[in-house]
Amino acid sequence: MNMPMYVSPEQVMKDRADYARKGITRGRAAIVSVFSDGVLLCAENPSNTLRKIGEIYDRIGFIGVGKYNEFDQLRVAGVRHADLKGYSFSREDVDARWLANQYAQTLGQYFTHEMKPLEVEIAIAEIGEEPGSDQIFHLLYDGTVMDTETFVVIGGETETVKTRLEESWKSNQPLTVVLNQAVNALAGPDRTLKADDLEVAVLGRGNGRRAFHRIENETLDEHLSEN
Amino acid sequence: MTLPRFSPDSDPGPDFLGLLQRLDRSPSWDGVPVDANQITHGTTVVAIQTLDGVVMSGDRRATSGHLISHRTIEKVFPADQHSGVAIAGAAGPAMEMVRLFQLQIEHYEKVEGRPLSLDGKANQLSQMLRSNLPAALQGLGVVPIFAGFDEKLQKGRLFEFDITGGRYEEKDFAASGSGSLHASTVLKLRHNGKLSTDEAIDLSIEALFHAADEDSATGGPDPIRGIYPVVAVINSSGFTRIEDSELATRTNTLVEKVTGERS
Repeated sequence: MNMPMYVSPEQVMKDRADYARKGITRGRAAIVSVFSDGVLLCAENPSNTLRKIGEIYDRIGFIGVGKYNEFDQLRVAGVRHADLKGYSFSREDVDARWLANQYAQTLGQYFTHEMKPLEVEIAIAEIGEEPGSDQIFHLLYDGTVMDTETFVVIGGETETVKTRLEESWKSNQPLTVVLNQAVNALAGPDRTLKADDLEVAVLGRGNGRRAFHRIENETLDEHLSEN
Repeated sequence: MTLPRFSPDSDPGPDFLGLLQRLDRSPSWDGVPVDANQITHGTTVVAIQTLDGVVMSGDRRATSGHLISHRTIEKVFPADQHSGVAIAGAAGPAMEMVRLFQLQIEHYEKVEGRPLSLDGKANQLSQMLRSNLPAALQGLGVVPIFAGFDEKLQKGRLFEFDITGGRYEEKDFAASGSGSLHASTVLKLRHNGKLSTDEAIDLSIEALFHAADEDSATGGPDPIRGIYPVVAVINSSGFTRIEDSELATRTNTLVEKVTGERS
C-alpha cells in the first residue's frame, strides 16, 4: 500500500502563502485612502475594461489586486450578497464590517480547503455620515482582516508604496491633494502616471444615495494637472 | 447567509431575479383567487412625452372595494437615474414588483459595470409581468407604465404594458388604472405633440383632476390635508420629483381657471 508522504501543516501553509503572495506581488499596487469628504479608491490599471474597482452598495466600494478572475468573482459575490441583504432587510442594514467578515470566511475557506488559495488581496471601504466615520477593511489571501480609518496599500510592492505615501499623507485633505499623493506614491520617483494608466473612483458624501462615482477622462486630467 | 457561490453553469450573471430563483427566494403569490374587495388597489397614473423628456404622475388614492384604504399612497417611483415606473393594480404585488425592478436594474449595472439600455429595462419589466400572469389571473394584476430618457436617442420614451407582459411603446402619452379612460381623454385633447415640461406638468394635474371627478377610485387634490398627486420630471439631468408646494400652486391655478370658465 502506498502511504502519502508526510508534510507538516506548517510547511503546507507556508507553501500556500508563498504561492498566493507570489501571484499578488506580480501585479500593480492600489491605494484606498480617506479624504475630507469621502474615500478615494485608486489603482494603477492600464486596462479600460477590466476593472479593479467596483461599486458594491450605496456606501460601499471594492478594490482588488492579483488574479483578475478571482477578485472579480469576489466583487460579484459581494454585490449579490449586499443586494440580497438589502432586499431581505433594509438598505441601511448593509454594512462593510459584515461584508468584510463574509469575505474573510470565503478567503479562509479557499486558503485551507481548496486546491489552491485565491491569489488576491482586496479592500472594501464604507463612507460614514460624518467625516472621521469612514472605514476601510483590508483582506489578505488567507482571510486575515485588518481595519483602518486612514489609508491602505494593497498588492504590488506594497511596503515601498506605503512608505512613499506615509511621507506626505495627512488626515482631512481635499480630494485633489490625496489623489495626487496616491498617484505619486504608486508611480515612485522614476515614473509619471497619466490618466490612461489609472483607474480612480470615490465614495463621496455629497453623491446622494449611491456614493460610488468614477473619476475618468477630463475630470481625472484636471485633478492630476493640479499636482 | 454566506457569500453566494455558483458553478459556472449555474451562475445567474447580472440577473438578480435569477439569483433569487436559484436561492429559492422568489416572491410567489400562488394560491386561491383573491376577493378584489379585500385587497388594496392603486388607481390612476399617467405619463406624458415632452420636448426634452417625460413627465409622470399618479394620484394618491388606494381603494379596497368601495372603501378608501390609503390617502397618501405613492405610485410613481424612480426606476433608476433616468427612468421611472408608475403602477396601477393590486398595490402589494405592484410595490414588490417595483422594488424588484429597481434592484434588478441596479444589480445589472453594478455587476456588469454599465447600465442597461432603456429598451433592456422595458423588456425586464415585461418579463416580470409575464411571470406574474398566474397571480394576475387570481386577481392580483399589476399594470405599470414605464417611461424614461433614452440617452442614446436623446429623447423621452413611454411604454404601456398589459398583465401578460405585452409591451407597447406610446408616442405622446400613456395612462393606466381605473381612471385612465378619463385621464386619457384629457391628454388626447390637449396634447399637441410639442409640450414643454412646464405645460406637461399642468396637463398631468388636469388629467388626474378630471379622472378623479369621474372615477370614484381616483383621488383628487386635497388642499385640506395638503395632498397632491406625485409628479416627476425625467430628462437628461435625471429623475426629479416636483415639490408639493409647487403642485399646490399649480392646482390652485387650475381650480381658478375652471371656476373662471364657469362664472
